[in-house]
Amino acid sequence: MYKIAAIGDQESVLAFEAFGLLAVPCDSPQAAAKAMRKIADECAVIFLTEQLAAQMPAEIAKYEERVTPAVILIPSVKGSLGIGMNAISSAVERAVGVNVFADSEDA
Amino acid sequence: MARMNVNPTRMVLTTLKRQLKTAVRGHKLLKDKRDELMKEFLDLARENKILRKEVEEELMRVYSSFTIAGALMSPQMLTEALMASTFSVGVDVATKNVMSVNVPVFTATQEEGSKANIYPYGFAATSSELDAAIKAMSEVFPRMLELAEKEKQAALMAEEIEKTRRRVNALEYVKIPQLSETIRYIRMKLDENERGSQTRLMKVKDMIAVEAIQERRQETEAAIAAYERSV
Repeated sequence: MYKIAAIGDQESVLAFEAFGLLAVPCDSPQAAAKAMRKIADECAVIFLTEQLAAQMPAEIAKYEERVTPAVILIPSVKGSLGIGMNAISSAVERAVGVNVFADSEDA
Repeated sequence: MARMNVNPTRMVLTTLKRQLKTAVRGHKLLKDKRDELMKEFLDLARENKILRKEVEEELMRVYSSFTIAGALMSPQMLTEALMASTFSVGVDVATKNVMSVNVPVFTATQEEGSKANIYPYGFAATSSELDAAIKAMSEVFPRMLELAEKEKQAALMAEEIEKTRRRVNALEYVKIPQLSETIRYIRMKLDENERGSQTRLMKVKDMIAVEAIQERRQETEAAIAAYERSV
C-alpha cells in the first residue's frame, strides 16, 4: 500500500489535502525537489503542479524510468501551462519518431 | 559496408553463418515486438490525451470551488476543518507485463480505520461550498488515478519502444549487412584458395608428367645406344 502525494503551492494542494492525500506545500522548485526525493519511495503517485515542474525538469526525469513513483503533472490554481499535454506529445515523438498526433492538437 | 576483421577460415564461416541466422531471427522478433508495442502505445497515448484534457478541466473546476469555499470561510477555519482529515487514500500497485515491459496498475484503497466519510469536519462550522468542493474532488480523483496509471504506462512504453527501435535498426542496418558481407568475403576467399590449389595441383601433375616423359626418353636413348654398341 503506497501513499499518494501532491506537491505544489499551498492553494493548489489544499484541495488534495482535504481528500486525504499527502499534501506537501512547496514554494520553490528546490523545496519541491527535496520533498520529492524524501517521499519517492513511499509514494506510488506524486501529483506535481506544472508551475513547479516547469522549473525542475531534471528532477522529474530521474523518476521517468522507474515504475514508481509516477510523477504526474497537474495544473495549479493558476491554470494549465500545457506541460502535461506536451509530455504526452513528446512521449509519442520519442516512441514513433514523429508526433503523429500533431495535427489533432489544433482541433 | 565494412566487413569484420576475421580470418577467412571455414570455422569462422560456420560461426558467422550461425550468428547471421540468430541476427535475422532476432531482428524479426524485435520488429514484431516493436510493432505490437507501438500499436498498444498509440491507443494508450490517444486515451491518455483525452483523459488528461478532461481531468485538467475538472481539476480547474475543483480548484475554483475550493477558492469559493475559501472565500466564504476564514483561512483558519478552512485549515482547521481540513486538518482532522480522517479519510486517507492510498494506492495499491500491481505490475502488468505488456510485451515484456513492466507497467504499473494502480488501485485506490482507503487506509484502514478511516471512515467512509469523505468530509473530515462537522457541518456546523463549515459552508456547503466546502462540501461541494470536496465532493467534486472525490469525483475527479479516480480519474486522476487513471490518468496517472495511463501516463506512467505510456512513458515506460515509449522508452521501451525507443530502445527496441534502436535495436531493430542496429540489426537491420549494421549487424546483418556486416555479417552477410563478411560471409561473402570468406566464401570468395575460400573459393579463391580452392581454385589456387587446383591450379597448383594441375601444374604439379604436368611437371610430374614432363619428368616421366624425359625419363622414358632417356631410357629409350640409353637402350638405343646400347643396341648400337653391341652391333
